[in-house]
Amino acid sequence: MRLLGKLGFAAAACLFGANVAAADTTVKWLHIEANPAQVKIWEEVARSYEASHPGVKVEMQFLENEAYKAKLPTILQSKDRPNIIYSWAGGVLKTQIEAGVLDDITDQVKGYSDSLTPAALAAFTSNGRVYGLPIALSQVGFLCNKELMAKAKVDPAGIKSWDDLLAAVKTLKAAGVTPIVVGGADKWPLHFYWTHLAVRVGGKAAFDAALRGENGGFAGETFLKSGELFKQLVDLQPFQNGFLGFKNPQAVGYFGDGKAAMTLAISTVYNLQRALAADKVGLSEDKICWFDFPVVSGGKGAPTDTLGGITGWLITKDSPKEAVDFLKYFISKDVQTRLAAGNYIIPVVQGADAGLNNSFMKLIAANLAKSNYHQNFYDQSLGPSVGRVVNDVTAEIAGGSMSPQDAAKAIQAAFKQGN
Amino acid sequence: MAIASPMGVAGETVPQAAVRGPSWDGRFTVLILFLPPALLLFTLFVVLPIGEAAWYSGFNWNGFGRPTNWIGFDNYRFVLETRAFWLALRNNGLIIAVSLAVQLPLALTLALMLAERFRGAVALRMLFFMPYILAEIATGLIFSFVYDGDYGLVASIWRTFGAEAPHLLASTDTAMLAVLIVIVWKYFGFHMMLFIAALQSLDKSLIEAARIDGATRSQALRHVVIPLLYPTIRLSVFFAIVGSLQLFDLVMPLTRGGPADSSNTMVSFLYNNGISRMRVGYGSAIGVILFVICVTFAFTYKRWFMRDE
Repeated sequence: MRLLGKLGFAAAACLFGANVAAADTTVKWLHIEANPAQVKIWEEVARSYEASHPGVKVEMQFLENEAYKAKLPTILQSKDRPNIIYSWAGGVLKTQIEAGVLDDITDQVKGYSDSLTPAALAAFTSNGRVYGLPIALSQVGFLCNKELMAKAKVDPAGIKSWDDLLAAVKTLKAAGVTPIVVGGADKWPLHFYWTHLAVRVGGKAAFDAALRGENGGFAGETFLKSGELFKQLVDLQPFQNGFLGFKNPQAVGYFGDGKAAMTLAISTVYNLQRALAADKVGLSEDKICWFDFPVVSGGKGAPTDTLGGITGWLITKDSPKEAVDFLKYFISKDVQTRLAAGNYIIPVVQGADAGLNNSFMKLIAANLAKSNYHQNFYDQSLGPSVGRVVNDVTAEIAGGSMSPQDAAKAIQAAFKQGN
Repeated sequence: MAIASPMGVAGETVPQAAVRGPSWDGRFTVLILFLPPALLLFTLFVVLPIGEAAWYSGFNWNGFGRPTNWIGFDNYRFVLETRAFWLALRNNGLIIAVSLAVQLPLALTLALMLAERFRGAVALRMLFFMPYILAEIATGLIFSFVYDGDYGLVASIWRTFGAEAPHLLASTDTAMLAVLIVIVWKYFGFHMMLFIAALQSLDKSLIEAARIDGATRSQALRHVVIPLLYPTIRLSVFFAIVGSLQLFDLVMPLTRGGPADSSNTMVSFLYNNGISRMRVGYGSAIGVILFVICVTFAFTYKRWFMRDE
């Protein structure tokens, strides 16, 4: 009888739940941020939002990156789904929009969205409708170790073209320095080479044409050339011993330990290498240098074009309006300035980059501002089924088990299978 | 229940007869009582998912909404065209081969030595059994450190001989070998325990009889003990093969199936190429192929090798 009573009560609670919601709402926020220092700031923001908005509770949930990607389709279709989820935009976002699992928040962010960097917002916009809000940008480029570069008498500022890079690798090797460290077991750090080469070789036009299946798609000339150029680098054996067994955090730590001269990485590695170095100190600011990905002779892409990430937050279907409200609060100039001041992010809210107090982060922000074509990571923008094949084949080129021709063909085949 | 009350107290005779009796009525009651829960669970958690996987395998589907894009058997064709699939199949074969050729003899030899009572036997058994208790993920992580070419145990052993340490997990030639070593290390203790249990329940008088008849120790072992162990050996082989087909959580922390898919097993291949790529149809096709392999194996094995049990 008591059980029946409880059931009845639960049923009643469900029935009236919708009405009660206005007075007591929980916004469930699922994130993948592993840096405790940044999560701490987020939590403080959530608590202060709760304080100024009585009746609203912001609940943070965490999933590890890979687990998050694998579980997301199921999570999104459960009744108990979170309201705010993490996103890298691109192909995955497109699938989610088509599946109708997201809320269209265009009307709710009208006016507010003008405060955001247009390119970043565009990544979360489809057919003029907004499905999410960006939070941070990043750029892929070469981080270098000043001491090791100096030891081999290589001037990082002089590395402008792909041939310069190849020459630098040879010089570094001759000087007994490991030229490049890469986390090959995770594959995506290797895909930066091939994809950034494609950005340089073909520019935006080539990528868009490949998406439309023109010029041989991803088996076309641009992508073949990218593979061949990458092969030139691989043939010099520029990477650390056993690079195919290194996971990314290990590789970042290796760079932080000062064991390799360069690493092609996301700009956030600038900070991350300190946390992952064996001594937890890593390379200090005066020991670290940066140069943009070199240009390719005859390439159609502009030298200012960038490869990098655009990350943000999405609102899932049938979420309370407080979820969007909280996001607007979270991605406000104040909070973004605070995150920028900690050098966690390159902000997307206009004016918040004033908070950047570090010359490196300022440089990246300036690069991104100059860029007319910011290519999102291929493994995100092409969606998981094709993107992971890009990762696979670049790792295979690096391992010497696949030719650039077969690699380009494999990507095109996956693209056809998936679309 | 029937054994528990042999007294046959008057009041209890009726239900006892109902259970014990060979009549259809009695069995029917048992069926009605015991079959539905088991059948329900089996249907819900085994038959339905298998049926669902078979159904999904006909679609090009990313897991969102309902599957709509029917492509027939294309997913199976895609799977068979994937080089990584054949590599995974080869690796599963390798694991079985190593289990039979290395792990089993090792386990049996140790069992023969440790089944007898002597000082320290129990401690040694515990020691060998220990790796089996360890979680697979933990084992994988530990060995990824052991194999590390810069800081690992293997590397320092190599260096004491003055050689440059190899990165075993980073080469397509050695990654699978490294995984196989961990598999043997982890599971031989389990098989050893199976054999010890079997050895201890052997009828000692048979061995004594052989010895009295003049058989040497090795003759007794070869002609009496091992034949008596056949049922256990068959069971151990069965476990080894099923274990190989299920192997996943050891591979992920060690190599994630790489480099270049050289150390994928069927299940890690399913995860890497189906689930993490959101290709549910394709993944389901792999699942169905794996299921067919398992079922074929299980039935053939049971029919041919485990008839007597």
